[in-house]
Amino acid sequence: MNDRGRSSAVVIGCSTGGLKALRSLLGALRADLAAPVIVVCHRGSTDDREHLVELLAQAAPMPVQEPDERSRVRPNVVHLAPSGYHLLIEADETFMLSVDARVNFSRPAIDVLFESAAAVYRERLLAAVLTGANDDGAIGLKAVRARGGHALVQSPEEAEADRMPRAALQVAGADAVLTLAGIADRINQRCP
Amino acid sequence: MAANARPRMPTLAAHHREPPLNRPDPDDVELELFIRGLQLRHGYDFSQYARASLKRRVQALAIATGSRTIGELTSRVVRDDVLLPTVVSAMSVPVSEMFRDPPVFRALRAEVLPILASYPHINIWQAGCARGEEVYTLAILLEEAGLYDRCQIFATDFNDAALAQAQEGIFPVTEARQYAENYLAAGGAHTLNHYCHAKYDHIKFDSALRRNVTFANHNLVADGVFCEAHLILCRNVLIYFTNPLQDRVLGLFRNTLVRGGFLCLGSKESIDYSENAREFVALNRRARIYRLGAPSA
Ligand SMILES: C[S@@+](CC[C@H](N)C(=O)[O-])C[C@H]1O[C@@H](n2cnc3c(N)ncnc32)[C@H](O)[C@@H]1O
Repeated sequence: MNDRGRSSAVVIGCSTGGLKALRSLLGALRADLAAPVIVVCHRGSTDDREHLVELLAQAAPMPVQEPDERSRVRPNVVHLAPSGYHLLIEADETFMLSVDARVNFSRPAIDVLFESAAAVYRERLLAAVLTGANDDGAIGLKAVRARGGHALVQSPEEAEADRMPRAALQVAGADAVLTLAGIADRINQRCP
Repeated sequence: MAANARPRMPTLAAHHREPPLNRPDPDDVELELFIRGLQLRHGYDFSQYARASLKRRVQALAIATGSRTIGELTSRVVRDDVLLPTVVSAMSVPVSEMFRDPPVFRALRAEVLPILASYPHINIWQAGCARGEEVYTLAILLEEAGLYDRCQIFATDFNDAALAQAQEGIFPVTEARQYAENYLAAGGAHTLNHYCHAKYDHIKFDSALRRNVTFANHNLVADGVFCEAHLILCRNVLIYFTNPLQDRVLGLFRNTLVRGGFLCLGSKESIDYSENAREFVALNRRARIYRLGAPSA
């Protein structure tokens, strides 16, 4: 495979239905995935706020962590945005947390992560928008595509909530519309 | 020989160099020029702010001021002094909450205030006080611990508009429920209503809560030590700074605190990369409460 078919970082955004979708997507990733996987999942005011890391760690074949600010983005780790903070990537591939105003009524916001990651990884970025009941992620995905990144959207038919994938498709379009299994395959292929 | 030594005239073609690979985006270049312009013309130095979030804020400001690009914003900011307060406000992120992260205030109540109680007079510096949310939080905490009359709170920020609002103690009523919940979760002795009253679309805090508060402009980038403090609260401010600036400010805090004084940072902050932080010992790691000096044996 040539370089054009490869990605060196993965960002994923989801909201309503996200926990279930993430468990199935992460569960299908290869254990030796080379790329870092950076996730924003909007969280309700319920318990899954605290337990999301554990719930995802049960499913994923690699470590799942909430990144410390200033720490390095690490390969073969799922980095989950902590509740109440925007998660951004700095040019030196370290994490930055901010408490700037909510974006799309959300903090963390998918757009914030995607836009900052797009600026750093450009055509080496793979971004996926999954299930959700709001429009967050659409503008971010557009930024990813504008920098030549690879954009995937979960098929609205499969998504538990189809608004987020539909908004992403309408605003940004995608390189492929896939099921969760298809998205996992694509990530496995592109991040050997 | 002589002919060879003559400097060769640059040809037109020589100017058409290939652009370097991985050259920065125009937006990023313009962001650097914006930072430089603000520094040269107005003396505000944001060069040590983390770029990813700064860029978002500057882009938002460009849109809010009707500028098509950051470059266009820069030339307006450089030429038009009237815009400066708007720029400072936009850079400053005065986003806060009363009793944000309630367990932190529980910890302050349980682990820090009892030790502070042994001092006849207590100085507290709240750095980056935004619109005063945490100032009133602190005042209530100290009041309920029976310490407030022995305390002096210095509440500082570099955003004058936010400071002016902090002095009013008025917050949108839409925030009231969250604050009230936080207050109870932090172990409050009453209900928050005890300290404020609702009026139309806002809540207003009892002015008596400000009786020992001094509000002042202080810029952590440029200004120095101005008091001796027993407790410094600086939450969610250093997260915006690069490592060198974070280190500078932690040095400032070290020089301000009395031996054994306390520092409370935001719940997700990490000081692992700071040289000056070595002199702080974690008292409650989760709550990000540190103490200056070695632990007493
Ligand atoms: C996100 S708010 C934090 C408010 C509050 N401490 C909290 O945690 O809820 C950050 C505050 O830091 C202030 N700030 C940022 N840079 C500063 C500087 N160089 N000097 C002083 N204050 C600064 C901003 O104006 C803003 O009010």
